[in-house]
Parts: sequence; structure tokens; C-alpha cells
Amino acid sequence: MALQKQEITLGDIALRNAEAESELSGDRMVFSAGPSHPMTHGVLRLVLELDGDTITKCDPVIGYLHRGSEKIAESMTYNQFVPYTDRFDYIASPANNVAYAIAVEKMAGLTVPERCEAIRVLSCELARLASHLVGVGVYGMDAGALTVFMYAYTLREKVLSLLEALTGGRLTTSYTRIGGVARDLPEGFLGHVSKVCDDALFDIDEMDKLLTRNKIFIDRTDGVAVITKEDALAYGLSGANLRASGVDSDLRRDNPYSGYEKYDFEVPIGTKGDCYDRYLVRLEELRQSVGILRQVVDTMPEGDWYNKEAKKVFLPPKQKVLTSMEELIQNFMITTQGPQLPEGEAYFEAENPKGALGFFVVSKGGGVPYRLRVRGPSFSSLSILPKLTLGHMFPDLTVILGSLDFIMGECDR
Amino acid sequence: MLLTDNMWLQLLLDLVFAGVVLGVIMGIAGYTVLAERKVASWIQERPGPNRASIPFIVAIPVIGRFLQRIGFFQLIADGAKFLFKEEPTPRHTHRFYYVLAPMLALIPPVIVISVLPFGVWWYEGQVRPLAIANVDIGLLLVLAIGSLGLYGSVLGGWASNNKFSYMGAIRAGAQLISYELAMGLAVLPVVIWAAMPGTTGGLNMMSIVESQGTLWNVIWQPVAALVFLVALFAETGRLPFDMVESETDLVSGPSTEYGAFKFGLFYFAEYINLVIGSALFTLLFLGGWNFLPFVPAPWPENFFGSVCTVVWFTLKTFGMIFFFLWMRWTLPRFRYDQVMRIGWGMLVPLAVVNLIAYALIIPLVDKFLK
Repeated sequence: MALQKQEITLGDIALRNAEAESELSGDRMVFSAGPSHPMTHGVLRLVLELDGDTITKCDPVIGYLHRGSEKIAESMTYNQFVPYTDRFDYIASPANNVAYAIAVEKMAGLTVPERCEAIRVLSCELARLASHLVGVGVYGMDAGALTVFMYAYTLREKVLSLLEALTGGRLTTSYTRIGGVARDLPEGFLGHVSKVCDDALFDIDEMDKLLTRNKIFIDRTDGVAVITKEDALAYGLSGANLRASGVDSDLRRDNPYSGYEKYDFEVPIGTKGDCYDRYLVRLEELRQSVGILRQVVDTMPEGDWYNKEAKKVFLPPKQKVLTSMEELIQNFMITTQGPQLPEGEAYFEAENPKGALGFFVVSKGGGVPYRLRVRGPSFSSLSILPKLTLGHMFPDLTVILGSLDFIMGECDR
Repeated sequence: MLLTDNMWLQLLLDLVFAGVVLGVIMGIAGYTVLAERKVASWIQERPGPNRASIPFIVAIPVIGRFLQRIGFFQLIADGAKFLFKEEPTPRHTHRFYYVLAPMLALIPPVIVISVLPFGVWWYEGQVRPLAIANVDIGLLLVLAIGSLGLYGSVLGGWASNNKFSYMGAIRAGAQLISYELAMGLAVLPVVIWAAMPGTTGGLNMMSIVESQGTLWNVIWQPVAALVFLVALFAETGRLPFDMVESETDLVSGPSTEYGAFKFGLFYFAEYINLVIGSALFTLLFLGGWNFLPFVPAPWPENFFGSVCTVVWFTLKTFGMIFFFLWMRWTLPRFRYDQVMRIGWGMLVPLAVVNLIAYALIIPLVDKFLK
């Protein structure tokens, strides 16, 4: 494959801008794509200015899905906020749950047992599979390959069934609690996971065969919307989008949390930072996630699945609540006033499928956060869009949006 | 087909024949929609339409269930849906052209049907093509009328007064005109080959098929076949060339603002075009109703043989239709400028070179090998 290196520098962009300015006398067409448009996954609206088929201006309008989650968090207990985190990156909700739980635990100085950590890694990686399958599948669909989308969703169905068995929910899982998870692994769950892992590799290879060497797909994506290393860092991209630009950064490896240091995995890095690289990185991350899942299944420790020491934080077992006075009071206090956490503040970033999802939690004691702020990776990914789309063709936009793999729930919050 | 000497009776018979042919081809086009959905479901590992049923027919022991499973009644459900839906006309449209566009999209392909032969009729020693009209310039008519279908898209896009439709209409115009050229150039060697020295019958569909009696054009003129096939994909607006309604960026192209039966007409026109395209490719390159290359037809030259030619031709056409569907559900979509580059940069030069080459080769073959 003779890939030609095509670098877009700031100078080129300035030149394009100058050209665009000088042609102002010509008629431009203003397009409003979205908030409900097949190209913009979710409720993103793009105000485009087209010169023929060339994009001369792209103005993303966000906020159609803004629900004020951060403010809502200030009026509810820590555990009550978990369902709200589901709705950030709603196709990888367990990962959001885990990031939130770890952020709060970091603030409170809580630790969780090894088994709980392993379960969290398991749910995180299942979420990554679910999310990247949408990322790759919908990307294929954006390029016109509908079958890839169906293959991806066939596999995603299996992953979602696993999540359903684990958490009771397919989309909004609300799995973590402060100091543990909602419930232990169901019986025989690990066997199911390893079976899905076997299927997954086969299905991923199938998608690989359909797209990776496909001339049309390469023509559509190769050299399109190149994000340079500097740009990627300057715009605060994270996750697969950052790695595709050649930045070797993965929080799971660089800043391990929840016992990620115990597992062995590779971090795929792109070389050019174009749409094709972003696809390749996601595809490889799918395989790595399957690898991590297998290791978790093989090394799942026995023991507690929540922190038994933290009596004022984690709900006691129901059996004990009905028989013992102390647990009954605990149950009552946690349910009515929330888990009692000390004063403090903490910021924690987790490597979510879409990028680094950060939670900044401030507590003044008690069961309710004083302030909670979220750093959504999709917001950063979208911020580069006006620059990225400039000078590309209108049909390229579908591929660019697909390659950035953003999600509006997290961007708007 | 001349059956009687009575002019009025003959006219009546011709009309009945035309009606039957149109009905059958419309039916095939309708079931192509179903085939599309079923083929897609096979490729994508899902069941596809298998629920629609008609109360009494589905009660027939084995057959009823089988028909339901293969989605046989889905077509009726789809058609009825289009018929009974509310038919809104958006207020920002140009009403006259808005209503005219779907008709313009459907009428040309229906006219084209009339000159496509689908078999031979052996009658009292005479050989006639089975077609509504056996026109001497059949191929020219197909190309001329067939490209008029473009007006449906362009007018629909313009009348919709919607920017997405408008973009789709522009793309439709540019793409179809570009590929028309490559298509015409690719067909010319076939016509040269079909025209016997000293005669002028090369544009007649019958003579084109007869010229492939021993060797199909797809083997003897592979480059022309390839160019024609690619151009056909573009002309029928199928993936990977469905720029006209690339649904991820243009929502649905010129048919975005259409609903109910008007959309149904657009939709149906697309599939009729697909059927005609397949039939045309079969006629021009796959030997029409000729049996196999170098193998003489095993059927006798009588009524039974006529039926065999029709069946054989239909089978080939169905094979082509399947090929079209298969491609659609396998390949991604080109970008608009790439489509243009393929058309002008690759297909047209290739077709020109091919035309020159065969214009030199065919006289030599005629002179020395025949």
C-alpha cells in the first residue's frame, strides 16, 4: 500500500482561509446539518458553509442534550448520581460508572478489594468492546458499508448480553457503588465471557477483512482529516483519537487504576493521524480488550467484592439488615443521608473508550458532593472539528465525524 | 409477432402482450425490492422480512408458512403502506414539478422495457424477438430514453426546495451525464461486432444477441463489459456509486421531501432501472438467451424452445440482479469527486482505447476468420 504522507500545517490552513476570504464574492451555500441528521451521531448540529462541495466553514452547535448533570450531582447522594453517569457515554456506561466511583473513592481515600477491582476492569473492557464496536461499525456505515455495521452489532449484542447478566441493564448499567459494585459476578459468568472472547476475535477479523484492505474505504479515509501530534495535544484530544496521531498515551498503562497494571496489553499508535489511522487504532484496541478480558477471566481473585471496612459508605448485606441492629442503622443512615465521606477534593481521569473521562469531586463532608465537574473527551474531540473539516468535501464530513467517534451525551452532559 | 392478418385483432393482441410484459416486469421489479431485503439479511446474518402474511393463504399447510418465511407478502405490505399513507406536500415546494418529478422518474424506464427483447419466437419458420416493439435502433432508444430518467431526480431535487435534495440533484446530473458517455463508448464495439459487413442492423437488440451465438461479448470484449458494468452501477445509482442519495450526508437526496406514494414511485423507479440494467447487460454482454459459449442451444426451435429462451434469459438477468444486490451490501461508498475521477479519468479513456482497438480488430476478424 503506497500511502502518501500528506501533512496539513497551520500555514496551509491560513492559506486556505486566505483563499476562502478572497472568494467571498462567490455564492456560498449555508447548510444546517442536524441536530437530527444521519451524519451527526446524536444531536449535534453543524452549520456548514459550502463552496460548491468544499467546506469553507464548519460551526458545531452543541448543547441539544445538555441536562445539567453536574449541577444535579450537587443535590443528590453519591450513589444516586451513578445512574446519571450512565448517560454520559451511554454506549459504554460501565466505564463511566467505574471512573466516577474511583474518583469519589480517591477523594475519600477508600480502597476496594482486588476482586472488586478485577470486576471493574472486566466491566470496563466489556464497555470498551461495546463502544469501539459502535465506533468501527458506525464508521463503516458512514462510509457506506452497512454490512460492517450489522456485523459489529451482532457482536455487540453478545457483549450487551454479558453486561445484562452482570448488571441487569444493557445500556444504563449503573453498576458501581462507592466502595464496591452493585453485586457480585453471577454464577458461570466468566465462562460466558471467555466464550464471547472467542467469538469476538472471529467477528473482529471479519470486519477487518471487509474494511482494512478495501480500496474504496482506503480512498475515503486515507489522508483525510489529518490531525498532527501538536494539534492533537493542543486541542486536548484523548483516547484513540490522540493515539492515532502518534502520541503514545494510555491512562490504563501510564497511570494505572483499578489494577490495570496487572494485565498485559499493547497500546496501538497511529503514524499519520488521518481517518484511516483512527479506524486502525480502534480495531486493534478491540483485540487488545479481548486480550485483557481473557487475562481477567484467568486471574479473577476470590474474596470480597466490596469494601467491608467502609461501613458508613457501602450498604450492608440485606440479610444482616433484617437481623442485626447495627446494620439496620447503617442501612438507614446510608439510604437517607448518603454514604458519609470526609471533606476533600480529588480529580481522577480514566481511560474510557472515547478518551479520558475525568471527574473532579469536591466534598464538604456528608453524603452529597459539594461540587462535581466532568471532563468529557467528546467535547475536546468536537472542538477540533472546525479546523479539521476546513477544505474537505461535504461527503468527507461523514467519515470525519465517524472517525472522531464522539458521543453527544458526554459532550453536552 | 404477426399472428393474424386482421389489423384490429392484431392490435388487440399486441396490447394484451404489452400489458402482460409490463405487468411481469413490474412484478419482477417489485420482488427485486424484496430480494434486496432478503439478500441484505443473508449477508448480514439476520432473518429479514418474514412476518407479513395474508390470513387465508398463510393457512395453506406447508406453502403458506414457506411463503411467509421468505417474505412473499412483504411486497403487498410495502405497497399498501405507500398507498394508504397520508400524502403531504410540503409547503415550501414547487407543487407542479414536485408532483411531476416522480412520474418523470418512472416513465422512461417503463418505455425502455418496450424495446428489450427477452427471448425468441419461432413461428412458422420465422424468427422474431419476443419484445413489445422490435425497433431497428433499439439500443439507441434504450440509451436515449433511459437517460431521461435523470430528469426525475433533477426536477425532484429542485422542486423540493431543500438544500440536501438540491445537492443530490446536482450530483445526479453530473454523475449520470459523465457515465452516459463511458457507457455509450463501451457499447460501440458491441454494435460494430453485431453489424454484419454491408448491413446496418447493429443497433437492433436481436442482431446484437445473435452476434453472440458462439462467443459471448463478455469473453470477447471484456474491457467493454467492465466499463459498461461500472457505468451501469453509476447509472442505476447503486452502491458504491449512490451519490444521488448517499444517505449519510444527503439524508435521501432528491427524494428527501417525498412521502407516501410519490416516494414509492421514486423507489420503484430505482428497482425498475436495476432490472432493466441487468437485462441490458445480459443482452449486450452475457449472450442474451444464447445457451453457453461454444455450446449450441439444446432446445428445439419451436414453442417449447421459445419458452426455454425466455427462462434462460430471465435466469441470467436474475443472476445480474443478484450481483448488483451483493455489491451493494458489501462495498462502502465512493466520494463524489472520486466517482467523477473514475468516470472521466479511467472509464472514458479506457472505453476510447477499447473502441479504437476493436474498430481495428473487428474488420480483420471479419476478413480473415469468417
